Amino acid sequence: MGGYPDSAVGDLVIAGEKIGSRLILGTGGAASLAALDEAVTASGTAMVTVALRRVDAAAGQPGGLLDLLERRGVKLLPNTAGCYTAREAVTVARLAREAFGTSWVKLEVIGDDRTLLPDAVELVAAADELVADGFTVLPYTTDDPVLARRLADVGCAAVMPAGSPIGSGLGINNPHHVRLLRQAVDVPVILDAGIGTASDAALAMELGCDGVLLASAVTRAQDPAAMAAAMRHAVAAGRLAYGAGRIPRRFHALASTPDEGRPDL
Amino acid sequence: MQLTINGVPRDLPADATVADAVAAAAAPPRGVAVAVNGAVVPRGAWPATALAAGDRVEVLSAAQGG
Repeated sequence: MGGYPDSAVGDLVIAGEKIGSRLILGTGGAASLAALDEAVTASGTAMVTVALRRVDAAAGQPGGLLDLLERRGVKLLPNTAGCYTAREAVTVARLAREAFGTSWVKLEVIGDDRTLLPDAVELVAAADELVADGFTVLPYTTDDPVLARRLADVGCAAVMPAGSPIGSGLGINNPHHVRLLRQAVDVPVILDAGIGTASDAALAMELGCDGVLLASAVTRAQDPAAMAAAMRHAVAAGRLAYGAGRIPRRFHALASTPDEGRPDL
Repeated sequence: MQLTINGVPRDLPADATVADAVAAAAAPPRGVAVAVNGAVVPRGAWPATALAAGDRVEVLSAAQGG
């Protein structure tokens, strides 16, 4: 960035805690722990998601995932992936608190197994209960500004709207809603789900998001470490551009070279 | 007695506790949580929590997930 300091990207602060990067990495979809390790390092992330599953299903890597993440010094953000009711999601969050010793949770309450979009009614109910139980709740939500406000109102520490369905790589389908959502809440907004490539992450930040959470775009890329590095730059670039104040869009051209002094040839 | 651990039928001694079920599941040393019949059992309570025939025990640990 030449003479311009990286520090201008600023900090992501959630629930009063400074998170060292605006890029949050999901660990799902990585081909191996070694590939995940490279991606975590290249992304520069400071917080990663983990899931909770039966030990026999996780048998291929007993303890290995936690060891790796501890070595990299990243904060854990347990998720409630696969839950379809508030009751289930609240129980999984409490189990994750037991397992990982953190009261932070990426709250997912899925409403439909084809789109994996959230069930708004169950989501707000689960968020309400978990906040009352002392959790720092980061809900995966839609790009609906009104729902985001409801989630903030019950005490969520951030809101995490989907740009498009999980794993679809379709990017941000309704950028205007993300802008509206940004204005609707005072808590951090983290674009979560749908990112396909670096320009999607940059756009999220240009729209005013405070961070980006992505998994598949990196872990399922042909070269996960390279895409992780691309995402790190994209998030920083988008944040700087957001703060820099872009030029207004014009219908016609506006010459950047003055007419004055043009030779008569 | 018969119960299930992670959905698999298991035969444990009649005086088995949650700690015994965790050992039977070959769980890793840390990052583990247990639910019995859908209710969370805190780690500190594992040795003192008796199981009963027919209990559904879930022994969970960290997995990759977005």
